[in-house]
Amino acid sequence: MAKARVKAPKSVKKGEVFEVKALISHNMETGLRKDKKTGKTIPRKIINKLSVTYGGKEVFGSDWHPAVSANPYVSFFVRASESGPIKFVWTEDGGGVTEKSVDILVA
Amino acid sequence: MSEKFITQNMRRRDVLAMAGTGVVAVSSIGLFAGDAKADPAAVAKAIKAKIGDKKTMAGGITLELPEIAENGNTVPIAVEVKSPMSSSDYVKAVHIYSEGNPAPDVATFRFTPESGRARVSLRMRMIKSQNIVAVAEMSNGKVHMVKNAVKVTIGGCGG
Repeated sequence: MAKARVKAPKSVKKGEVFEVKALISHNMETGLRKDKKTGKTIPRKIINKLSVTYGGKEVFGSDWHPAVSANPYVSFFVRASESGPIKFVWTEDGGGVTEKSVDILVA
Repeated sequence: MSEKFITQNMRRRDVLAMAGTGVVAVSSIGLFAGDAKADPAAVAKAIKAKIGDKKTMAGGITLELPEIAENGNTVPIAVEVKSPMSSSDYVKAVHIYSEGNPAPDVATFRFTPESGRARVSLRMRMIKSQNIVAVAEMSNGKVHMVKNAVKVTIGGCGG
């Protein structure tokens, strides 16, 4: 559905709190704009949900509304527990899903 | 120069919104006529729907906003909540609301003790200068709230 990028440190110490940044390309159509030629409202199509799992459970989740900018960016923190993937799942209106995982090495 | 810019921008939008109704609008509020609009009352209602009758308190939460946002299409904002983020005392959720956009809801973020630090950054749309409200729900049931103003030079909701 869309191109996603996730930035996280490759290696962290156990117990360390590290920052994760994620960016996904999406126009986040608000449902309020009108097509200039036809005058018809362009239907809403946004990413409404982001779920982040690490160590087998959801560590960060979010619900988004049309006020979130196009190409949504988000950054937040996670505490290092074990080596493994940190997995991002974005869901758009209509159910389309984009996934992206990065591996975290906990030393 | 920027003031001239805004005036032109508003006029274009008002003409679009009011076309056919014969109404001459001076303010940009007419932009989303017929749609639900956000204002302080709508934000209060949205917060109540999330937290019920709990009292909100000031402090413990910071909302970082630019003083002046040049481009309302993408305004960087960040919320940080003071919390040890331990399994017994952590921030459950942060909700962000807008008092000036077409709808009050902006986003909800859910944290866990594994978050380590209750801070989130994002970029949001602002159609005009307005107040932004952030609400933090703590694991002990307490609710912290903060409100800050942003000046927007060129509004962005794609209008």
